[in-house]
Amino acid sequence: MQKTVLNSLHAELGARLVEFAGFEMPVLYQDITAEHQTVRNAVGVFDLSHMGRVRFTGPRAMALANRVQTFDAESMQLGRVRYALMLTPEGTVLDDILISRETDGFLLVINAGNRSADLEVIHAEAKRLGATVRDDSEDIAMVALQGPNAATLMQRLGLGFATSLKYYCFVDGPSDFGNLTVSRTGYTGEDGFEILVPRDHACALFKAALQAGEDLGARPCGLGCRDTLRLEAGMPLYGHEMDLTVNPFEAALDHALRSKADYIGSPRIAALSQSAPMRRLCALFVDGPQIPRQGHEIVAGGQVVGVVCSGTRSPTLGRNIATARIDSAVLDADAALSVRIRRNEVGAQKTILPFYSRKRASGPVKESNS
Amino acid sequence: MKMPQDLKYSEHDEWIRLDADGIHAWVGITAPAVEALSDLVFLDLPEVGKEIQQGEVFGEIESVKAVADLYAPMTGEVVGRNDALIDDLSMLKKDPYGDGWMLKIRVEKRIEADKLMKADAYALRLKSNPDHH
Repeated sequence: MQKTVLNSLHAELGARLVEFAGFEMPVLYQDITAEHQTVRNAVGVFDLSHMGRVRFTGPRAMALANRVQTFDAESMQLGRVRYALMLTPEGTVLDDILISRETDGFLLVINAGNRSADLEVIHAEAKRLGATVRDDSEDIAMVALQGPNAATLMQRLGLGFATSLKYYCFVDGPSDFGNLTVSRTGYTGEDGFEILVPRDHACALFKAALQAGEDLGARPCGLGCRDTLRLEAGMPLYGHEMDLTVNPFEAALDHALRSKADYIGSPRIAALSQSAPMRRLCALFVDGPQIPRQGHEIVAGGQVVGVVCSGTRSPTLGRNIATARIDSAVLDADAALSVRIRRNEVGAQKTILPFYSRKRASGPVKESNS
Repeated sequence: MKMPQDLKYSEHDEWIRLDADGIHAWVGITAPAVEALSDLVFLDLPEVGKEIQQGEVFGEIESVKAVADLYAPMTGEVVGRNDALIDDLSMLKKDPYGDGWMLKIRVEKRIEADKLMKADAYALRLKSNPDHH
């Protein structure tokens, strides 16, 4: 099993370590619900070093970026981050990624579990196009600060250069922790930052964030709460809302198809876009105490009409929530739905994603012209 | 870790307290098991009158993290069920060996108790295998 550079620090901090996508990662340090609330109300510190970091550089970087993912690379401005997909030739989802436009190319942050499959495609296309690819996953670690106090904590860490960033933008800058790439992004539904930090400085950054943020309520947060946070925020997770058997239209990911380039899967996407999908992703509130989980069947009129993609007890809402992929005809007919949770069948009500969205800070109060 | 001395323990982290009458017993799950599950949301127990079999699944307990099966430490007929616990799972954390009991059973084969662990053996097993949850 692989370990991130922060592995022994996690153990010191009392983490419960589990296998995730080939890495030994903290699922929690003390309590998933408490860590969830930390991110909603204060600031959580996450190790995301298991995720893949791949750079395209040189004159053919643009061609490669346009070939392997679904956001129009040419239209991307320097300093911007965008959500995009990597697709198979059949138009199903190989991975979901964040792509950043850097001075000399592009940075892709990819899922740990898909890293080798993604790189296989990337290297093959790079060879064909004569582009240069650098896998920075080992040399550079990744730490996220997420929560309403994240910007204050950034200031205290001497990273104030990044706090004026707009959402989905990034900036490079020097710091006590080496040269960083900081983006205002996250996977929690809160304000926050994701920091690419040189491997040798990652431990110092993680510790400093906990120490400097102590009175801000900072605590280390595991992947357990990351999952409940992202689901409340309506953000998809590879292997749940999408995978190799699902096309973007069936996963409500049409918004990530933002390229007219000849990307892998684009002919199939053009064909699929001509008709409505047979099944669609849907958000559900689920009755009862039992938690709906991936694979549980969705039932309408005694028939199995879909399957749960993700489910959890929402700590913020105090009720059970799920995403499910359901036959479009059933959704369009507004049929009554239930979820089969082992021996029980419990009611479910359709709702709209996200389950939770933060109250955004209001702008400065304008002085009245009295 | 300190385990109550008067209980017997199963490899699946259930405990059983044999009553002095030699007929009845109470069944629950151990504090380390409760700790490992964390954030409990649901408990499913058999109704009074049902039969449970040593080593077989008799119910399930669910946390935010996962669902775990409950295994019968001994064979017997369910004569009592802790419905207050089903309504308030926090009792499992507060008092796993007392108010957090799950079932009261009428024991059929007392000899089955020989297959269970004493407190020291169970504590030793946890120590040698802390990540078995």
